[in-house]
Amino acid sequence: MHTTVGQLRKGEKGIITEIDVDLLPLKLLEMGCLPGNTVELLQIAPLGDPVYLDINGARLAIRKETAQLIQIERAPK
Amino acid sequence: MSNENINVALIGNPNTGKTSVFNALTGLNQQVGNYPGITVEKKIGFCKLPGNVRANILDLPGTYSLNASSMDENVVIELLLNKNDKLFPDVAVVITDVENLKRNLLLFTQIKDLEIPTVLVINMADRMDYKGISLDIPYLEERLNTKIALISTRKNSGIDELKNLIASYKTLSAEPCLNASSIDPEYFDNLRKTFPNQLVYKLWLVITQDVNFMLPEKKQIQSTFTKPNSELKRMQQKETIKRYQFINDVLRIGQVVDSTKAKDFGSRLDKILTHKVWGYVIFLAILFLIFQSIFSWSSYPMDFIDEQFANLSQMVSESFAPGILTDLVSQGIIPGIGGIVIFIPQIAVLFLFISLLEESGYMSRVVFLMDRIMRRFGLSGKSVVPLISGTACAIPAIMATRNIENWKERLITILVTPFTTCSARLPVYSIIISLVIPDRRIGGIMNLQGLTLMLLYLAGFFMAVVSAWLLDKILKLRTKTYFVVEMPNYKLPLAKNVGINVLEKTKAFVAGAGKIILAISIVLWFLASFGPGNDFHNAETIVTQKFEKTGTLPEGETLESEIASYKLESSYIGIAGKAIEPVISPLGYDWKIGVAIISSFAAREVFVGTLATIYSVGDADNDATIKSKMASETWPDGTKIFNLATGVSLLLFYAFALQCASTLAIVKKETNSWKWPLIQLVFMSAFAYLTAFIAYQTLS
Repeated sequence: MHTTVGQLRKGEKGIITEIDVDLLPLKLLEMGCLPGNTVELLQIAPLGDPVYLDINGARLAIRKETAQLIQIERAPK
Repeated sequence: MSNENINVALIGNPNTGKTSVFNALTGLNQQVGNYPGITVEKKIGFCKLPGNVRANILDLPGTYSLNASSMDENVVIELLLNKNDKLFPDVAVVITDVENLKRNLLLFTQIKDLEIPTVLVINMADRMDYKGISLDIPYLEERLNTKIALISTRKNSGIDELKNLIASYKTLSAEPCLNASSIDPEYFDNLRKTFPNQLVYKLWLVITQDVNFMLPEKKQIQSTFTKPNSELKRMQQKETIKRYQFINDVLRIGQVVDSTKAKDFGSRLDKILTHKVWGYVIFLAILFLIFQSIFSWSSYPMDFIDEQFANLSQMVSESFAPGILTDLVSQGIIPGIGGIVIFIPQIAVLFLFISLLEESGYMSRVVFLMDRIMRRFGLSGKSVVPLISGTACAIPAIMATRNIENWKERLITILVTPFTTCSARLPVYSIIISLVIPDRRIGGIMNLQGLTLMLLYLAGFFMAVVSAWLLDKILKLRTKTYFVVEMPNYKLPLAKNVGINVLEKTKAFVAGAGKIILAISIVLWFLASFGPGNDFHNAETIVTQKFEKTGTLPEGETLESEIASYKLESSYIGIAGKAIEPVISPLGYDWKIGVAIISSFAAREVFVGTLATIYSVGDADNDATIKSKMASETWPDGTKIFNLATGVSLLLFYAFALQCASTLAIVKKETNSWKWPLIQLVFMSAFAYLTAFIAYQTLS
């Protein structure tokens, strides 16, 4: 089982290792969601979804189901 | 030097301050229209450049890349790929935000691949110190193969340099800054050999997307070079990575960020504004502030305008020779126009707030906060934006649904948005509320009238959400879902941008509604001032005889107004109104209100203008305001027409009925079928009739 962005907790960081190219929208890739880039979870919306991320300096919010398509390696704290 | 006219296209990601640059270049010298056939807003402005060059500045919709995923973005590539378009740019000005340079440059590298002379604008230079950013401009210019204007629209700096760069467009480079085709040399070489006269990047765009490019070889290109979707997407991923590698490479040397100097006020603000409790509290407080101010702040200028128009009517009827023309102006046109001008303050206040929420970056936080809740009702967090801007007008609100990626969520949003209280309902609401709801304070702060107005807004939202939930259960549509929303940096809204926005929107509203209202009030005046048969022409004799029989002939003014109202009842409009009375009397309306409802079918705000015209014709003195005329209307038995029961019934009718032809037209356009607007019309009208009926029968 791989770790995904969906499993990050508030304030945690990771490095993107693999993404599901077929399911992830191209727009997300173009905003910097690409292997090798860092991702930080800034905030989780009140009911647990969506999540507010900093991906490679770009700040954006995506839903949890999309976050689960982005595999990461958790960065040490 | 001779006079030159060039086309300049402003291109950039959303939230890079593109509109500020547009405003800085053109001032108020702009025209807003639509692209032919679609409802995407087209803004063109004019600007005088050094060296006698005149420029048409085109503000293109914000786009993240040339891989279009929405109608707005299609407009951008369709223009950039069509050399024969009369707006095809001589210069492309790509606008970026210094804080998001890396991401913003992606679009820049794509534009460069189209081989159009390009200027790179790095905006928000005033934030550099604050964020600890420094740039090596000569290095960046060399690597990116372009000229750079470092500007700040907030501090108004760098604009002249930008104008100079645009004016010298002939010296700008039109060469690409990287070789993206190296991701698959064989494939792209093949492409180049097969179509030697076309740009490879242009061909690649034709292959990967479904846009109308005006290329005769489109079919041939697509059939020979297409690949399975997933393979194309893999290549697009490679392409994107390739572009980012290049950008990272350039910025590693060209941009230094000293993060110890960076201040991060935005993150702290985010902690409060997206907090699980405070976030919602603040959001509700803002909504409350908006609705209270629409009603209480705007009442002073509104009363003033109302009186001025009443005075104007009286002045015209007194100082010009009596006759049909004077009557038409004083009883038809002036009250009709007054009925719309009076609402300018409220509409401007509303547009002001919406503009502030969007400019500041707060709207995206609301989207984030509301997504999970909205999804329970089959909507998206992004539906909040249409639902809120629907309080201004359903037309732009329905267009704002375009960035909702999921078709089902988008369709439901389109269908329920007309339930939100748009500014055209305000005229109806405010006049009726002020007639039937007492002007009292409860609990010290809440004004009863303001509270009623807020309840009406809430009723609109409530119905929107409930019908969304129903539609979600009924509609069986399976669509792929995803949701990406950018959280832009918080910005203090620029007064100039907000000002121009409010001015443009208010002008468009008044001009659009004004034309309809003017036409309808003239027609109404004719229908109310002429009638068929004996009853109308001999009104004076008939009324006099009637009173003589009973021996109670009233004198002077009273007699005159008895005759006038008898004439009105026998006029064409009176006859039509009487014919529909059986349908509307269960709702508590007389025939005059009936006429106003019918004439306001095309646009709600016509309601007040219609009543103003009808009452002016039937009234001997013109100096009364619309409100006082309505207040003195009575049934034949002497009871007031605008009592609480009728008032509430009318308020609910207007809250729920789809009285707006433009909404039907836009829904047809956006859903591409008559099915949805018709379903909307039938459902909303039936529901409005039912609630109005129940309200009147319970209250009376």
